Amino acid sequence: MTSTTEPVEPLSVWQLSETTLLRFATAGSVDDGKSTLVGRLLHDSKSVLTDQLEAVERASASRGQDVPDLALLTDGLRAEREQGITIDVAYRYFATPRRRFILADTPGHVQYTRNMVTGASTAELTVILVDARNGVVEQTRRHAAIAALLRVPHVVLAVNKMDLVDYQESVFAAIAEEFTAYATELGVPEVTAIPISALEGDNVVEASAVMDWYGGPTVLEHLETVPVSHDLAHCHARLPVQYVIRPQTAEHPDYRGYAGQIAAGTFRVGDEVTVLPSGRTSKVSAIDVLGEPVDAAWTPQSVTLLLEDDIDVSRGDLIVPSEDAPATSQDVEATVCHVADAPLTVGHRVLLKHGTRTVKAIVKDIPARLTLDDLSLHPHPGQLVANDIGRVKVRTAEPLPADSYADSRRTGSFILIDPSDGTTLTAGMVGESFAAPEPVKDAADADGWDF
Amino acid sequence: MTTTAEAAREGTAGPYALSHLDALESEAVHIFREVAGEFERPVILFSGGKDSILMLHLALKAFAPAAVPFSLLHVDTGHNFPEVLDYRDRTVERHGLRLHVASVQDYIDRGVLKERPDGTRNPLQTLPLTEKIQAEKFDAVFGGGRRDEEKARAKERVFSLRDEFSQWDPRRQRPELWNLYNGRHAPGEHVRVFPLSNWTELDVWQYIAREGIELPQIYYAHEREVFARSGMWLTAGEWGGPKDGETIEKRRVRYRTVGDMSCTGAVDSDADSIEKVIAEIAVTRLTERGATRADDKMSEAAMEDRKREGYF
Repeated sequence: MTSTTEPVEPLSVWQLSETTLLRFATAGSVDDGKSTLVGRLLHDSKSVLTDQLEAVERASASRGQDVPDLALLTDGLRAEREQGITIDVAYRYFATPRRRFILADTPGHVQYTRNMVTGASTAELTVILVDARNGVVEQTRRHAAIAALLRVPHVVLAVNKMDLVDYQESVFAAIAEEFTAYATELGVPEVTAIPISALEGDNVVEASAVMDWYGGPTVLEHLETVPVSHDLAHCHARLPVQYVIRPQTAEHPDYRGYAGQIAAGTFRVGDEVTVLPSGRTSKVSAIDVLGEPVDAAWTPQSVTLLLEDDIDVSRGDLIVPSEDAPATSQDVEATVCHVADAPLTVGHRVLLKHGTRTVKAIVKDIPARLTLDDLSLHPHPGQLVANDIGRVKVRTAEPLPADSYADSRRTGSFILIDPSDGTTLTAGMVGESFAAPEPVKDAADADGWDF
Repeated sequence: MTTTAEAAREGTAGPYALSHLDALESEAVHIFREVAGEFERPVILFSGGKDSILMLHLALKAFAPAAVPFSLLHVDTGHNFPEVLDYRDRTVERHGLRLHVASVQDYIDRGVLKERPDGTRNPLQTLPLTEKIQAEKFDAVFGGGRRDEEKARAKERVFSLRDEFSQWDPRRQRPELWNLYNGRHAPGEHVRVFPLSNWTELDVWQYIAREGIELPQIYYAHEREVFARSGMWLTAGEWGGPKDGETIEKRRVRYRTVGDMSCTGAVDSDADSIEKVIAEIAVTRLTERGATRADDKMSEAAMEDRKREGYF
């Protein structure tokens, strides 16, 4: 952190309004320099303002520290400042002329796997930091595995502290190669490796003057240009119905609209649709985007669909194209991350929230627990405790129209809730766990679980 | 669309990409509809400030062409800007809404709350607010809080469970996964809901510009009688300023936030249109709260401590 007074080029109102939004998450161990990287991204994009920096300087000085402690910018809670640790996910905001960013800043401690899962669940990109001196370590593999499990579309490997290895290309190349091979095996679709020094500012915002052998983008350039929209033509269209809009006024006596946020794909006026779980069919007669009629709408727009026929549709239903409906089933198999302090056990009666639908469910089986360090499996662990990742079989009280998480992060995900006190227990992803073309081999356990 | 605009769009936006404002709008609408679908008695905290005005605008769009299925709640400190109260009443009338008022002055008159020596009433709002929530049995309370405002707020969930005393416990927050918000709560508990969590001050202003939303005039530069206290320009008034040694002067100012007159400062500004306000914010070196809120300067954890007690 140097100066906060350099002039900033004013942006036109148009530029400010039409840029796109990227949600991303960071992952790194305690000493990998994550705070420094986050601090530099925030600072160099003008997101640390004078009064915030002054507050950090005051607080650092009162603790007897000579230089401002950047962690104080991101550690927002009293207990965190007192103990010098990060206990929870925090969300940060910054912008460049090309894009706006929501950063899920997740703690690096092993015991906070659930926090990385939380951050990654909404992220389109994850930055995984490694220390160039240590290379790919267990924690790196754990982060890659979580990114793969959560199917984060883009992964950036930031090889940090290049200044401490004399900026050697061979060091970077070896780490990048090892990580990319591992991540590809897990099914991570895209890895971009960048050699950086967060402390010196090499390849974070400014291109490095000393690593001329590197021809790729800086971290910020990559964040600004990575695609945020996907080819929706091939996605299954899904609309979980949140709320039925019925004005019943003189102006709109017969208006009956099904409001929701499109979870995947595109809907067009005239589409033949089926309402699940009832299976009734109709045709889209109109689409409103917040009061304005349109011909087509796509994810993640919040819309209101109107249907030609007066059929029974209510909150919790899923509207899908008739030729592309998911199977409905009362038996759900999923990979889960347990996020609550109390364990999840076989026989546990829970609530399952999927889209806008909450149903009663029972945990029928916990076939396996996964060790993220080496991806080994422990069959029939009996229970999952906080931060455990495992396979779970759940029986629901009503049929559930769930997609595979591989096909749709929105309609393939669910949470389990404790019906007695409302605690969020478990994050669930329907179907196979990793996107690898072939099941990852597991030497320790040959009974065929395809982690 | 200008050539510059097209150039800026290249490489960043595919045919199905939403602009960041459209993405934030869509997310906020989703949150409003989740609450309408899952709660019995939701209410929107409405102060007449820009964030609550924006919330109401989004709620109106979320349920169009039907009416907003929520009532409004104003915590009246008794030291409000008259322009803001006027705006509040016109808005309620125009949209046919129901307004609840929790009055700090009532509590002081009844002797339940005592005026503080520094005259600020912001910390006094917590009790009237939480008692009104209990009395009316509100189970979801929308607030305009944004995570960019303050570092304790950066940790706040979109759905934030409060116990029967309205307290926030940052260590016992529910993880929020995907967009699957968990609104389960026991009788007596309620959920604070923050649909603008992911918006920044600049996003709010850009959206107000794009949608042509009317704001109270104090947000735009105007001549005003003010006096200096604790490095801020405060409006003179019956609430207790100026005191000895403080002198009134006329300055061209505007407000970045709207709250209790005793602790909400104005900033020197020539920005008398929304375009000028956006240009001013885009280059400012001070956060909104750092520039204009005395109550957040009280201690390093001022916001966290008040939130724990039930403040919004």
